[in-house]
Amino acid sequence: MSASSTAEVPFVPETKVGRITDFVDERVGGSGILREFGRKVFPDHWSFMFGEVALYSFVILLMSGTFLTFFFDPSMAETHYAGSYTPLTNVEMSVAYNSSLNISFDIRGGLFFRQVHHWAALLFVASLGVHMLRVFFTGAFRKPREMNWVVGGVLLILAMAEGFTGYSLPDDLLSGNGLRIIDGVIKSIPVIGTYISFFLFGGEFPGTAIIGRLYVLHILLVPAMILLMIVIHLFMVVVHKHTQYPGPGRNDGNVVGYPLGPVYAAKAGGFFFIVFGVVALMAAMFTINPIWNYGPYDPSPVSAGTQPDWYIGFVDGALRLMPGVVNDFHFEYIIFGHVLTLNVLLPALVPAGIIFTVLFMYPWIERWITKDNREHHVLDRPRNAPTRTAIGVAGFTWYCVMWAAAGSDLIATHFHVALNDVTYWLRTLFFIGPILAFMVTKRVALALQRKDREIALHGRETGRIVRLPHGEFIEVHAPLDDYKHYKLVGFESPSPLPAEPNEHGVVTPKEKRRAALSKWFFEDRVAPATPAELEAAHGHGHHEAIESGEEHKSLSH
Amino acid sequence: MKALSQKRRHPLAAIALLLMGLLVTGGLYAVATTVNQAKADTTTFSASDAQEGGKLFAANCATCHGMGASGTKDGPSLVGVGAAAVDFQVGTGRMPMQMNGPQAQAKPRQFNDQQTQQLAAYVASLGAGPSIPDASLLDEKGDAAKGGELFRTNCAMCHNAAAAGGALTRGKFAPPLAGVSGQHIYEAMATGPQNMPVFNDANISPEGKRDIITFLKTIEANGSPGGADLGALGPVSEGLFVWVAGLGVIIAFTIWLTSRTS
Amino acid sequence: MGNHSDGSPNHSGTVATAGQNVVEKFQDPGLPPHRLRLADTDPRAAKRAERQVAILFGISVIGTVIFLVSYFAIDLGQDSTIATIRTQNLLLGLGTAFAMLGIGTGIVHWAKALMPDHEVSEERHAIRTEEDRQAAVRIVEDIVEETGIKRRPLIRNTLLGAVALAPLPALAVFGDLGPRPDNTLAHTMWAPQDGKLKRLTRDPDGTPIKASDVTIGSAFHVIPEGLNELQEGKLNAKAKAVVLLMRLNPDDLTISKGRETWSYNGIVAYSKICTHVGCPVALYEQQTHHLLCPCHQSTFDLTKECKVIFGPASRPLPQLPIAVDAEGYLVATSDFKEPVGPSYWERDEHERLINS
Repeated sequence: MSASSTAEVPFVPETKVGRITDFVDERVGGSGILREFGRKVFPDHWSFMFGEVALYSFVILLMSGTFLTFFFDPSMAETHYAGSYTPLTNVEMSVAYNSSLNISFDIRGGLFFRQVHHWAALLFVASLGVHMLRVFFTGAFRKPREMNWVVGGVLLILAMAEGFTGYSLPDDLLSGNGLRIIDGVIKSIPVIGTYISFFLFGGEFPGTAIIGRLYVLHILLVPAMILLMIVIHLFMVVVHKHTQYPGPGRNDGNVVGYPLGPVYAAKAGGFFFIVFGVVALMAAMFTINPIWNYGPYDPSPVSAGTQPDWYIGFVDGALRLMPGVVNDFHFEYIIFGHVLTLNVLLPALVPAGIIFTVLFMYPWIERWITKDNREHHVLDRPRNAPTRTAIGVAGFTWYCVMWAAAGSDLIATHFHVALNDVTYWLRTLFFIGPILAFMVTKRVALALQRKDREIALHGRETGRIVRLPHGEFIEVHAPLDDYKHYKLVGFESPSPLPAEPNEHGVVTPKEKRRAALSKWFFEDRVAPATPAELEAAHGHGHHEAIESGEEHKSLSH
Repeated sequence: MKALSQKRRHPLAAIALLLMGLLVTGGLYAVATTVNQAKADTTTFSASDAQEGGKLFAANCATCHGMGASGTKDGPSLVGVGAAAVDFQVGTGRMPMQMNGPQAQAKPRQFNDQQTQQLAAYVASLGAGPSIPDASLLDEKGDAAKGGELFRTNCAMCHNAAAAGGALTRGKFAPPLAGVSGQHIYEAMATGPQNMPVFNDANISPEGKRDIITFLKTIEANGSPGGADLGALGPVSEGLFVWVAGLGVIIAFTIWLTSRTS
Repeated sequence: MGNHSDGSPNHSGTVATAGQNVVEKFQDPGLPPHRLRLADTDPRAAKRAERQVAILFGISVIGTVIFLVSYFAIDLGQDSTIATIRTQNLLLGLGTAFAMLGIGTGIVHWAKALMPDHEVSEERHAIRTEEDRQAAVRIVEDIVEETGIKRRPLIRNTLLGAVALAPLPALAVFGDLGPRPDNTLAHTMWAPQDGKLKRLTRDPDGTPIKASDVTIGSAFHVIPEGLNELQEGKLNAKAKAVVLLMRLNPDDLTISKGRETWSYNGIVAYSKICTHVGCPVALYEQQTHHLLCPCHQSTFDLTKECKVIFGPASRPLPQLPIAVDAEGYLVATSDFKEPVGPSYWERDEHERLINS
């Protein structure tokens, strides 16, 4: 079409490859895409790689999972084992468990692919978690990326669902008891719990339907949803372009890094093989989910150390921490002839509910408090946002307390302490752990900021001791170069934003609450060093400079 | 320091690191799968054994268990516990106890085979009780699959499905069973030491116990087909491993990947 | 960085420097000068890097060969031992790992050492321009106008109604995923059948247990007589009926009113299914007489009719009333007097039903 307007000579490719490329290009418009994206710039930092780890783990999961579906049979019909693992010979079991054992022992490479699949699954959720922590602590969720943060949270939930449905499929003793716990939790839901349980299991627990149903969810519905979310997530990454760490030459109006082709594409592409290689290494040398140890599911036996995979651990831990009876008060009580099982309902729903609600809402909460409606493409160093960092660490600590509780029995046996004491300590930490973590983190962040300020004003310590003419010893401080210096001073340090009247001239109670939160958020702050302060510091000798610096510190309350 | 940091970025460094990790893992694994041979000891007691045992008992055990093993507030009566109980408790070093704790723990034994036998003979002479099992029950040639079923139903809830041990209330625990001799396993089932329930012959027949021992020794000799078993502790050790080692190695790679080449 | 004094170009958001102190800030010195790598200046270093990349790709080839050799050379026949499987798994895994890591580290090393490492700066563009917004608004207005949905409320309202009702069949289908619970959770297999009391039998082989078999300190894992012979729903029945049988010194037991005939000479039987979320509470400590659930550590005191003394459970384990039949075997004199296992909304209703 474009050729018609001008008198250009149509392009004629010369080589065979050229002809094929041209044929495709004329029909899909690849040139335009390449022109747009071929040299797109991506910032480079190790902490930006976790999203890629998650994506690549997911690709590995799709590949190894496809192999497993060729041999796995999700039937709960009874059979007797006749495979080559002698300690289970002739044991009655479900077809699903039988086929899982066959994958492990009688299909070449089956055990390897099973272990690749399971290790990749654990790595998938772990890298999602670390990626979200990175995004949180650097403030990358701020405008314009709030919605992508939510998509990421949805991906985390889907990944957990995908993991749990997969964990249950082999129908071994461990996963069967895990399902039984889920059944118990579902039954505790008021009014409809029993019905949901019967609908899910196709009747009473365990029934003969659940494995097939979870299988469909695991290989069809949930992965399709994950794929959809990944597409949306990556689309938004392209729209927003990547964030970058603060530093010389980097600001909200540009993006500094390597062009997609060739450097970034090579690194990112090569990294896929590295992640695959690491997963293969784990699968080669370390057993995961030894289903042959657990035996077939049977409602009577149970194994010590019955736990879910790590990502469900925090819910299991919360279930363990909740006391059922406190001073003769039973958390399970009868209301109007019906049973309210708070000792199960509260720990199963409340902590996870709080974590995900706060997680999803946090970008809007912070935006409301700070009234900051600007786009941010330069990240915060965590120390430069002390309150946010402290909130994040407090939340993560809370999560970790519940997480640790899921292994309370193993903590007890491996550290030679009483199981009951572990539970008592963790119950205490459940309440005070996040508070302590908040206070400590905030202080550490402020201290690090002060250290930055110190270095910015007086240079770095050289370790060289010099004796002055009048006999005094001092350490020589060397000034930083402009680029390193700018990294320490080029950040924003907002101060509390007092309540402002609205358009009717009224300061609403909501606005007062916001102002109070803003005060809490920003009251402790260390302002970046200014040129005037640096001038003052350099005006004196090094020794005096340190002392005057102490006075200049503007830690305002 | 500088030299090291440069070498660290050498392209072969990662591979060297991986190979090192491999060797260490392999070495540890070889050590961990060394099989302990169960001893078979089926001597019958003579009268002089019981006599010698009585002397040993008076000198080492009577403080807690009382003269004539009739029990005190510090230790239970041993009348009727049988030779099996003595062989287990003394043979695994649990008795004599070093101090009072939630439960008696296995430790280096304080009496040799002969002394243990003499003590067993003495206690057996006080009243009938489970005797030391016949060697034919400890030959590890039973039905491992049947033993596995019995183990999962009766034992796995405390000792873990792979016999890696587990926690009980208030500091007590069920020990891991790897490396425990078949004879001691049999005696523990027959006598119910500490808080372990008794599995008498009416509950689990002698053949059933033989099957359980066969199962335990089979899985111990097999090792894990998938590589190092991470303690066979289940999802907790797997989760810990993926966070520490898996993500650790990945982070090392990301740092190398995004660092500038010198 | 929102402060203009740092020399940043305009950004698309509005500038409102929240509480920013009006002080002079340091100037952004711009991107640091580019530092050349060894391979950029020394052709021998470049050649060396090239060889290293090639070696890494070579390692990948070796890895692939290891995989193929171990795949075909090691046979997993019926007689394969665990050691064979372990060896094959190890070699397949190492082969894959070398194959993948060789390619990955090779490409990355190539990119790091030999491809240009100039950092470049690219301008960001506004995600949405005001021009685009106005154009989009006009288009939407035109579309709405052309459908006439605002002018024809009848169409709009009937459409909304139809769409709201359309998912109802899906709900109905969901209702057929399983049967209604009714009273199934209230009963177990222990209920006497045709007037015949069910014997307590060993799990898993189903042989009956004599009272004399249960010595003090013993713990028997018990299933009801006839369970193994069930053709259908065996696991469903077992999931509710499993019982733990123990014998204590009768003096250690505290027996409440109405339960005097539920035990026999210190032999007691309790449901093994935890009242918390349903794990088997199978850990019996024969000296402390505690029952411990390995999943969430609920602890029950056997001497006090399995009262909860620790952990998240809130309700005692249900007791199975037992007696001895004419041949000396233990039998259940009735079903449990309450539903077993975790609590559910209708549980109290069912308990009243059982005891009426």
